[in-house]
Amino acid sequence: MSQPFRLNKEGLINRNKKISFTFNGKKLFGYEGDTIASALIANGIHLVGRSFKYHRPRGFFGAGVEEPNAKLQVEFNGHSEPNVNATEMELVEGLSATSQNCWPSVNFDVGAINNFLKMFFPAGFYYKTFMWPKSFWYKIYEPFIRKAAGLGVASIEKDKERYEHKFEYCDLLVTGSGPSGLASAYAAAKNGAKVILAEDKPRFGGTLLTDDVSIDNLSGKDWAEKIISELKSMPNVTVKNRSQVFGYYDHNMLVMFERVSDHLEKKSKFTPRQRLWYIRAKETILSTGSIERPIVFGNNDTPGIFLSAAAKEYMKVYGVLVGKKPLIFTNNDSAYETALEFKKNNVEPIILDTREEHSSELIDEAKSKGIDIRFSHGVIVANGYKKVKSAKIGKLNKDKNSFEKIETVDCDCICVSGFWTPSVHLASQSGNKLKYEEKIDAFIPDKKKQHETSVGAANGSFTLEESLKHGFENGSNLSAKITETKKEISIPNVNEKKYGAHDKFWCMPLPKNENPKRFVDFQNDVSVSDIEIALREGYRSIEHVKRYTTLGMATDQGRTSNLNGLQLVSNIENKIVPEVGHTTFRPPFTPITIGTIVGREVGMEYMPTRKTPMHEWHEKNNAVFVDAGAWKRPRYYKQGSETLFEASKREAKNVRENVGICDVTTLGKIDIKGPDAAEFLNRVYTNAWMKLPVGKARYGLMLREDGIVMDDGTTTRISENHYHMTTTTAQAANVLSHLEYYLQIVWPELNVNVVSTTEQWAGAAIAGPKSREMLSKLYPDLDVSNEALPFMGYKESEFFGVPSRIFRISFSGELAYEINVKSDHGMFMWEKMMEVGKEFGNQPYGTEALSTLRIEMGHVAGPELDGRTIPSDVSLNGLVSKKKDFIGKNSLGREAFNVESRQKIVGLIPIDRKSSIPEGSHIVQDQNAKLPNPKLGHVSSSCWSVENNNPFSLAIMKDGKNMIGKKFFAVSPLKNKSIEVEVISSHYVDPEGKRVRS
Amino acid sequence: MLYIKCPYCGLRAQKEFSYGGDATVKRPNINEEVSSEDWDNFVYMRKSPRGKHIELWQHIAGCRQWIKVQRDTATHEIFQTAKVTEEIR
Ligand SMILES: [Zn+2]
Repeated sequence: MSQPFRLNKEGLINRNKKISFTFNGKKLFGYEGDTIASALIANGIHLVGRSFKYHRPRGFFGAGVEEPNAKLQVEFNGHSEPNVNATEMELVEGLSATSQNCWPSVNFDVGAINNFLKMFFPAGFYYKTFMWPKSFWYKIYEPFIRKAAGLGVASIEKDKERYEHKFEYCDLLVTGSGPSGLASAYAAAKNGAKVILAEDKPRFGGTLLTDDVSIDNLSGKDWAEKIISELKSMPNVTVKNRSQVFGYYDHNMLVMFERVSDHLEKKSKFTPRQRLWYIRAKETILSTGSIERPIVFGNNDTPGIFLSAAAKEYMKVYGVLVGKKPLIFTNNDSAYETALEFKKNNVEPIILDTREEHSSELIDEAKSKGIDIRFSHGVIVANGYKKVKSAKIGKLNKDKNSFEKIETVDCDCICVSGFWTPSVHLASQSGNKLKYEEKIDAFIPDKKKQHETSVGAANGSFTLEESLKHGFENGSNLSAKITETKKEISIPNVNEKKYGAHDKFWCMPLPKNENPKRFVDFQNDVSVSDIEIALREGYRSIEHVKRYTTLGMATDQGRTSNLNGLQLVSNIENKIVPEVGHTTFRPPFTPITIGTIVGREVGMEYMPTRKTPMHEWHEKNNAVFVDAGAWKRPRYYKQGSETLFEASKREAKNVRENVGICDVTTLGKIDIKGPDAAEFLNRVYTNAWMKLPVGKARYGLMLREDGIVMDDGTTTRISENHYHMTTTTAQAANVLSHLEYYLQIVWPELNVNVVSTTEQWAGAAIAGPKSREMLSKLYPDLDVSNEALPFMGYKESEFFGVPSRIFRISFSGELAYEINVKSDHGMFMWEKMMEVGKEFGNQPYGTEALSTLRIEMGHVAGPELDGRTIPSDVSLNGLVSKKKDFIGKNSLGREAFNVESRQKIVGLIPIDRKSSIPEGSHIVQDQNAKLPNPKLGHVSSSCWSVENNNPFSLAIMKDGKNMIGKKFFAVSPLKNKSIEVEVISSHYVDPEGKRVRS
Repeated sequence: MLYIKCPYCGLRAQKEFSYGGDATVKRPNINEEVSSEDWDNFVYMRKSPRGKHIELWQHIAGCRQWIKVQRDTATHEIFQTAKVTEEIR
C-alpha cells in the first residue's frame, strides 16, 4: 500500500490520518487534506478519463478549478454525483470514484475509434453531418451522439441531503484569500467595516501557500495563517473557506456557494451539505488571482502533462510528485520555481525555455543549482498513449517558426507554462467591459461598472509587493468611505524573486509532414485545426467561432483555452487580440449542484401550504384534497371504497335534495372602507353600486381595461362606509393589487382604504332546499324567513355565542347561505353545523360537487373567465351598465367584441347521454375532416349532471346562441375521444333561478 | 436581483416587488368622452425603450404601495425611485 509518488515530508496534508477510497474499483488510500487528484497521483495513477469527442486518454492537467479533464463520477455519503472535478473534491473516507465517458473501461474504450476516425470529426461536424435527413435526427443521430458523448450519469435517487439558502449584507466582500485578498480584508476590517472573506479552496492563502516568498520575515504560508487568525478573531469579519463566489449580478449582489460538509466523514443530520449565500455588498474586492495558461503543442493532452504551477502545488501542498523525470516547457520565469521545487525534492528536471539565452534572478538560481536549461527550445510532440513516455523537442530558429535541431528526450511528465491569465470572470459578469493588456497578453478589468475593484493578479499585477500594496490601499480606501474611519496600516516588507519578461509565444510550430493533434480546448476536444477550419469556412466573430467549434463552451468555460484560442484566431486573421474580442463570461464560475440552487424549497417546502381552520376536520373525515393555489381544499369526502366520481355525485345530489355544507374559507375577502367606497365600487364593477342599501349583497363583475372579465364575486354593504368584497380563490391577490393600483395611482382623490381579510374569516356555505330549516336551528333567535332574510340579504348575529356574519348568497344555485366567523371559531362553527345538520341529512361537499352544482346551473367560473372572454361571451351582459363609466367600459365597444359571430357560452350534452365530454375538447363540425379541422369552440367545464343524470358541459363556441339545437363533435386528441354532442342552453337546471329566491 | 429603494421602506430585494409597467401612461378620466384612438393607445400602446424608463412597481411583500422607479432597461441601473404622487424627471 505504498504511495510511490508521495514525498516524505513536504505538504500540508495530515499524514496521521489515512483515508481509504476506491478508484474504478481499486482500493487505494490517501491522507486527510488530499483531493481525489492528489491521492491518485500519489498512487501513480494518471489515466482517469476519456475525452469528450475522440475518447482520447486523459489525465490531470491542473490542481484546482482550471482542470479541464479529470471529471469523475463520485459516490460518497450515500449519493452519486457526475462530473465532479477530481482536483477540487476532497478525499473522504469510503469515497468511490469512477471514470466517465468510457465503455467498457478507461483502459479499453470502444469510443476511442473516434480518435482514428478524426478526419471525420472536424469543427462543425455535428452541424454538417446530422442536419440531413431531418427525420434521422430523433431516431438515429441524437441517441448516438448522446451515448458517444455521455459525460457522467445523474442520479435518479431522491437527494436526501439538506441544502440551505442564506441572505447576507456586508460593507466589503472579498473574493479570494491570496495576498491581495488578505490585505484588502485586513485593511477594511481594521477600519471597522463588515467584511466577508471568501476562499474557494479548503486552505486560505492562495499563491502564498506555494510561492517561495517571505513577508515581514514570515513565510508566505505563515503570514497568511497569522492574518487569517486575526481576521477570525474580529467580530466584524466573516471568514469562509470552501466557499466560491460564482456569480456577480445586478446591484452588487453576488452569489456564493459554500461546501459545508462534503469533506466531513460524519455530520449531524441538520448540517446542510451545501449552502447558497446571496450577498449584497456595498463594495467588492475581486482578488480571484490568475490561472496559468499552457503552450499548445502536439499531443498536448496526453496524461502526464500538467500546468507547471499545478505540478508545484502538488509538491508543496500535497507532498506529491507528478513525475520523476520532468520536462519543464515554458515561455516565462514562473516555471523555474517548479523546476527548483523538483530539484529540492531530488528530482532532475530539464527546462525548455522558448526564450533566447538570457539571465534573470530565477534563471541564475536554476543555473547555479545545476539544472539543465535549454533556451530557444520547446516540446513539439509528446509521445506515449496512456502516459507520456518521451517528447520530441526542438531547438527553434530565430523566426520561431522552424527548427534548428530536433531530438527525442525521455520524460514521464511535462510541466507547461504559457504565462498567466487573470481570472476576470466576476469582473466581466458585473458588466465591466475588460481591456486587453499587451504587457501580459490577457484581458484585465477596465472602468468600474458596479462597485467592483479588482486587485492583485486578477487585475494583472503579478508581483507580491504590488498585490499587497493594492490590497491594503483598496481595502482601506473603500471601507473608509463606508465606515468613515481610516486606520494607518504599515505595508509589510516583502522578499520575492524578480521575474524577467515573458515570451509572446503560445503555440509550437510543427515540422513538415508531422500532423499530431494540438489541443486548444481539452474539455471539448477543440484543436488548432478545428479553429483553422472555422476561419476557412468564413466564421469571423469570436462568438461564432466559439459556437461552431465549441471552443471554451465546456464546463471549465475555457479557463485554460480561451486566450490561446483568441491568439490563434488573431494570428490567422492578422488582427490583434483586442479586435477579435473575447467571449462572454457567465455564471456560475464552476458547476454547482441543483440541490444548492433549490435550497430548502423542495417537497412540502416547495411553496407555503395554506390550510383553512377546518382542515383537521376534513382530514379526519377522509377528505381527498386538491391544490387551489397554495390552499388545500377538500375535493371530496371519501366514504368506503367510493371513487371521485361516485363521491362527488353523492355529495352534489345531497345538496340538490337535502342540504350540504362546504368550506369556502379560501375565497378572497377584501375589506373596503371610506366615504367614497360606493363610488369606487361603481367604477371597479360593471354594474351599478351607488344604491346598494346597508345589509344587502350584490353580485359584481370586474373587467380589465381591455374589456376582458377579470373576476366576479359578491360584495356586501356592512354599514354606511364599509363593504365586504369577495373574490375567487385564484384571483384574490391580483384583485387586491388591482384595487390598490386605482386607489393609489389613478384616483387618489377617492377616500377609500382596502385591506385583505381572507385569513381573518372562516367561511362555510350551507346549500340545499333544507338549508333554511337548518339555519333556523343554528340561529334559534333569528328570523330567517324569506321576508326577513331574502336572497342577497345580510345579517349579523351570534352563532352559539360567537359573532358571525350571514350572507344569503348562492354559488350552487340552490337556496343557500354563507356563514363567516372569525378564523379561530371556524372549527367550532363547522362542528356545530355537522351536529345540527344531522337531522336534515346534511353532508359536507367538496370542490368537485361544488363544480358540478355550478356547471349544471350555468354559473361561470375560472375555466370560462379565462382571460379571453368579455361579459357578453359568458351571458353576463345584463350586469354591464350602459349609464355609467367603469374600468374597461370603453373597450367593450371594440368592433371585434360586437360581431354577430362572436363566441358565446353554451351547454353541451352527448347524444348518447352517456359519454362524458373531456374538458378542453375542440368542437368541430366534421370529426373526419382533413387537418387542420376548423375549430368552432372549446369545452370549458364538464360534469355529470345530478339533476338530469347524464353528462353536461359548458363550452365557449363561435356564434354559440345560434347553434342551439345543432349537433357537433367534441374531439379530444389528447384523450383520443370524439363525442357527438348537441348544443343547448348553458342554464341546464333551474334556468329562471327560482331556487335561490325560494 | 435588483435592489429597489422603496420610498416608504428603504432598500429592499426585488423579490418583494412586482412589476407594473410604464408609469408615464395616464388613464383617461372617468366619465370623460375619449376617442377610440386615444383609448386604444392607453390600453395597448407602450414604448419599449432601451435605456431610461420610468416604471411602476408595487411593494407587495412590504408596504403594498405602488412606487415609481426610473431604471435603465439595458443595464438595470436604477437612477431614482419616488412615490407615485411625486415626479421623476
Ligand atoms: Zn415599501
